[in-house]
Amino acid sequence: MITKRIIPCLDVKDGRVVKGVNFSGLSDVSDPVALGKYYSDHGADELVFYDITASGEGRSIFADVLRAVAANVFIPLTVGGGISSLQDFDRVLKCGADKVSVNSGAIRNPQLIYEAAKLYGDQCVVLSVDVKRVDGRFTVFAKGGRENTGLDALDWIVRGVENGAGEIVVNSIDTDGVKGGFDLEMLKAVSDRVNVPVIASGGAGKAEDFVALFKALPKVDAGLAASIFHFGEVEIAEVKEILAKANIPVRR
Amino acid sequence: MIAIVDYGVGNLFSLVSSFRAIGAEAKLTSDRKEIEQADKIVLPGVGAFEDAAKKLFASGLAEVVVAQAKQGKPILGICLGMQLLFEKSYEYGEHRGLGLIKGEIRPIADVVPKDYKIPHIGWNKLEFPKKNELFRYLVGDNHVYFVHSYYATKCDESVIATTEYGGAITAAVANKNVYGCQFHPEKSGEVGLKILKAFTEV
Repeated sequence: MITKRIIPCLDVKDGRVVKGVNFSGLSDVSDPVALGKYYSDHGADELVFYDITASGEGRSIFADVLRAVAANVFIPLTVGGGISSLQDFDRVLKCGADKVSVNSGAIRNPQLIYEAAKLYGDQCVVLSVDVKRVDGRFTVFAKGGRENTGLDALDWIVRGVENGAGEIVVNSIDTDGVKGGFDLEMLKAVSDRVNVPVIASGGAGKAEDFVALFKALPKVDAGLAASIFHFGEVEIAEVKEILAKANIPVRR
Repeated sequence: MIAIVDYGVGNLFSLVSSFRAIGAEAKLTSDRKEIEQADKIVLPGVGAFEDAAKKLFASGLAEVVVAQAKQGKPILGICLGMQLLFEKSYEYGEHRGLGLIKGEIRPIADVVPKDYKIPHIGWNKLEFPKKNELFRYLVGDNHVYFVHSYYATKCDESVIATTEYGGAITAAVANKNVYGCQFHPEKSGEVGLKILKAFTEV
């Protein structure tokens, strides 16, 4: 039985993790290598790194960071942020990423998913989608949730899978930051339409939210969260313990 | 020295790093002599069988690996590298492999129930139908990371680990000095490093 994955997500700017807090035994909370290793040692099933740097200089620092993380952390690494060409795929894969997450870049150039999947395999291409309800319709937003694309989210996701996206990250803008739990209605709508792994994002506020997610939606494969893990509000081990108690398969 | 055969497929960065992490010397190489002189050989691989097999045969490295295996040198195939050790694959057509392990590669879709997702991606638990030195450091429950759409079948005598995904899927095989893992030990945390360490000591 495949286990449900718990995935912490780290935003990296100019080579440093944004929004780190103090964990016991971790002296530099904004060092991506130390934090990545900490999460890996404490039960994370995968790590997602988003490069939120805009400058070229920041990009090259990010490459160094990625190489250092990949040399020290032996779980799958997904990298996203500013991926808009096959050259971008190549750049992060060479530094040790296992999967590459595309978002706005794929909206600008939908062909990117197809080309990358053909070159690197479906398993390498993660389509990340920021979704918000507009007039009752699930709508895709670009540029970190700032720009309404007018695209229907379910159509866009189905098209992405047809083009070769191997996994889908559904980030609900409506529940993001609210910490009231994942957007079960939106995630159900997506998992009913696709047969590739769906990763839930946006809304986790406590360990029980992951139980509610996997109980309500057995087709969802993973839960992704940033702030609750970084601020030390919830330990990944704690999430896994209560998932196991609720008979949800997890790796421990 | 462990030679990691570099025949132009996949990202081998983590594999080199994981051997380094367990204190083993490993080198990416496509040099025939270096592979022949190595103590052990790792055959990696991601992507499509046909393309990888073509590159392996065209480069002449296929015959080097086969010759070394027949002389008794330990070989470890990982993911597609494991599949390449078999006689043939039915991934988009029918393609010849190295024939070091009896059996063939078929789509997972042939055996798993319709509502199961393909590829089989994620952490899954190993079951051990028989003992093997590759798993000598493992205790308790052992989850490893899988990413694949095809699986090895008709290889009952060489299966040393399976995993449950709508049925028992071949997770690892061994035929004397030739070993294969369908999962990625270099992406399977502590468990994976323990398996790699055991391989360095066979």
